[in-house]
Amino acid sequence: MNDKNKIITGLIIFVIFITFPFWYNMGKAAPVPEPKLTEKAKLEKECIEPKEFMKAEHMQILDVWRESVVRNASRTYVSKTGKKFNMSLASGDDSCIGCHSSKADFCDKCHNYASVRPYCWTCHIEPPKEKK
Amino acid sequence: MENSRRSFLKIAGISALGFGTKPVLNAFASGGNSEKHEAEIQKNPAALKAKRWAMVIDTRKYKSEEDLKPIIEACDKIHNIPKHTNKRHEIMWIWIDEFKYVFTNQEHEFVDDRVKHLPFLVLCNHCEKPACVRACPTKATFKRDDGIVLMDFHRCIGCRFCMAACPYGSRSFNFRDPRPFIKEENKEFPTRMKGVVEKCNFCAERLAVGKMPACVEASNGAMVAGDLYDPESEIRKLLKNNYTIRRKPELGAGPAIYYIV
Amino acid sequence: MLELAIKGSKKYWVWILSLLAVMSIAFCFWLWQLSFGLGITGMSRDVSWGFYIAQFTFLVGVAAGGVMVVLPYYLHDYKAFGRITILGEFLAIAAVIMCLMFIIADLGQPMRALNVLLYPTPGSVLFWDMIVLNVYLLLNIIVGWNVIEAERNNVHYPSWIKVLAIFSIIWAPAIHTVTAFLYCGLPGRGFWLTAILAPRFLASAFAAGPALLILLCLIIRRVTKFDPGREQIQSLAKIVTYAIIINVFFFLCEIFVVFYSRIPSHMSHIKYLFFGLHGHAALVPWMWASMAFMVISIILLANPVTRKNEAVLAFACVILFIGTWIDKGLGMISGGFVPNPLHHVTEYIPTLPELVIALGVWATGFFVLTLLFKIAVTVKEEVSGV
Repeated sequence: MNDKNKIITGLIIFVIFITFPFWYNMGKAAPVPEPKLTEKAKLEKECIEPKEFMKAEHMQILDVWRESVVRNASRTYVSKTGKKFNMSLASGDDSCIGCHSSKADFCDKCHNYASVRPYCWTCHIEPPKEKK
Repeated sequence: MENSRRSFLKIAGISALGFGTKPVLNAFASGGNSEKHEAEIQKNPAALKAKRWAMVIDTRKYKSEEDLKPIIEACDKIHNIPKHTNKRHEIMWIWIDEFKYVFTNQEHEFVDDRVKHLPFLVLCNHCEKPACVRACPTKATFKRDDGIVLMDFHRCIGCRFCMAACPYGSRSFNFRDPRPFIKEENKEFPTRMKGVVEKCNFCAERLAVGKMPACVEASNGAMVAGDLYDPESEIRKLLKNNYTIRRKPELGAGPAIYYIV
Repeated sequence: MLELAIKGSKKYWVWILSLLAVMSIAFCFWLWQLSFGLGITGMSRDVSWGFYIAQFTFLVGVAAGGVMVVLPYYLHDYKAFGRITILGEFLAIAAVIMCLMFIIADLGQPMRALNVLLYPTPGSVLFWDMIVLNVYLLLNIIVGWNVIEAERNNVHYPSWIKVLAIFSIIWAPAIHTVTAFLYCGLPGRGFWLTAILAPRFLASAFAAGPALLILLCLIIRRVTKFDPGREQIQSLAKIVTYAIIINVFFFLCEIFVVFYSRIPSHMSHIKYLFFGLHGHAALVPWMWASMAFMVISIILLANPVTRKNEAVLAFACVILFIGTWIDKGLGMISGGFVPNPLHHVTEYIPTLPELVIALGVWATGFFVLTLLFKIAVTVKEEVSGV
């Protein structure tokens, strides 16, 4: 076939194009961020469940909580250690954001790193930025 | 509590199935070891409960729009209702209208002067057989066991089938982002986002912590909420001793808002 | 076979590129709608469905109307239509694609559309509408594609295709019936709350769909070497004639019931559409034009002399199509919302961005239709060796 050159050029362009993100970001891997806890959260020592569990499963917990609160009106979470918690993302001091009151230091750090964009805060109201 | 725990596990299980999150199941339902405490979800013991929530509005207890304003304001403020400048985008949970519009089927030429000029409160009727719930293609709007018709804003796709279905015009749609139009945000309650439908929620978030709906609290006794199936409840007494009317009863939706005229 | 769609004359490419231009402009407007919300449309709290849903309703009709060439061929062995069944099927594909796009355009949160599958709700008519439309699309793609491919290869289409084709014949009325059920099962909307709505939808569909097909046949004859055939066009014209007469008859039945019973909540909508209500009369000239167009088209179509004259026939089909479009694509939806359940009158007038987006969907439909018809017609030309 006399189109050999065209095909090969095309293939090369295609391969470069689809591997572009790898080239572009080579050597620029950002360090894994560590969310910053507020003083209040540090004092508590443990969240509703152990840290490792929260790290891996907080989105599922929030999803289960959301279903339960909105659809079942069941709003009290009893953890494995028997402690009771008010199930709320954003209302009150005993809500998630009541303790982790800096969205930027807590939520956004990892979410930005992992490039996930949950839209909780288009409706739920985040606490005002605290003076630093 | 066993019941709510079982349903919690069911939810956990379903969400685990959906997302392949075995760890959730393991953690929540790590069976076998009866010594170990399992995580569970409970109802708030202080929550106000009813078999069938309903409301009575006693129109004899107020005279003018001025008397009703605090009621509407209480609701608007607590639920972050935006005040849109464009009338097309209006959001209303509870509002006032004239008798002839509220009771379209009872209006006649010789309605007495008081009723003719009296403002009537209009809100979601939390129907027994809600047309909106039937219409919703995602169960984003649903009826709770206690009769309250609720919206799950997380799930609404904004098709507005419920708005076409509601025979009372009780639903509003967020034609744009409501936030810029909320003067003062109540941080305890979420706002909505563009593209979802909303309506009165019978203050489900307040009932859950043992408080009566905001409108009832602000009404100086003109509005009473209670259990329709409890013969001892205040609203049953009101219904027993007064003639009440409902909006468009002929449609068979079974509205739960009763008016004493 | 797809390659047939990318070999065409200069005129063909000009047409394709102009459609693409309209589509891309409309796409920008749609992005604006995505970021701002449906507030850029003329819809309101009172008129919560507008131009998009109306176009959707009308186009479900056009899609269902395609069956009017498929049915006589497969069920009655009317051989003449064998020549053009493919056009009916491909028209249905383009129309259903437009329907689905209009639904997406109308959603407040389109990225959540798949919630309909994630939380299936058999009690909701919208759930069923989603199913019937997608199945109808799939049926027409499979049947249409296999039939035209068989024709190209000079073989008879596989026998299982006939089973699917007959299935799609049953399915066609279903899509429009379910679409009517979206509206006619709603309490408190007197305009739609009538059992004649689904039959009326079907009658106007079986008029508008084949009328468009006649026009397309005439265009194909003019711009290609394939002639769909005079007999075929005349047979279609007879189908259109009966359907439009039945459509107007159903409408008059509705008028009688509403105005003899004199139930205000049923009368007020029709009064609004045809005479105006409390000083609001935006749709009055449109509705009368629609009626006039339908009646004139009946006169021209029912008379064999005028019907057999293809120039007159084309004219009749154009005004019939416009008439039924106004009836369903303009009056049917906002008419149901005015007055609102509290009998307040809020009028609805589509905004410019809304119209541009709608135009973009139509352009996409015609784009798909052009590609499909190009393939079908080229195959026909090849086979007949012209």
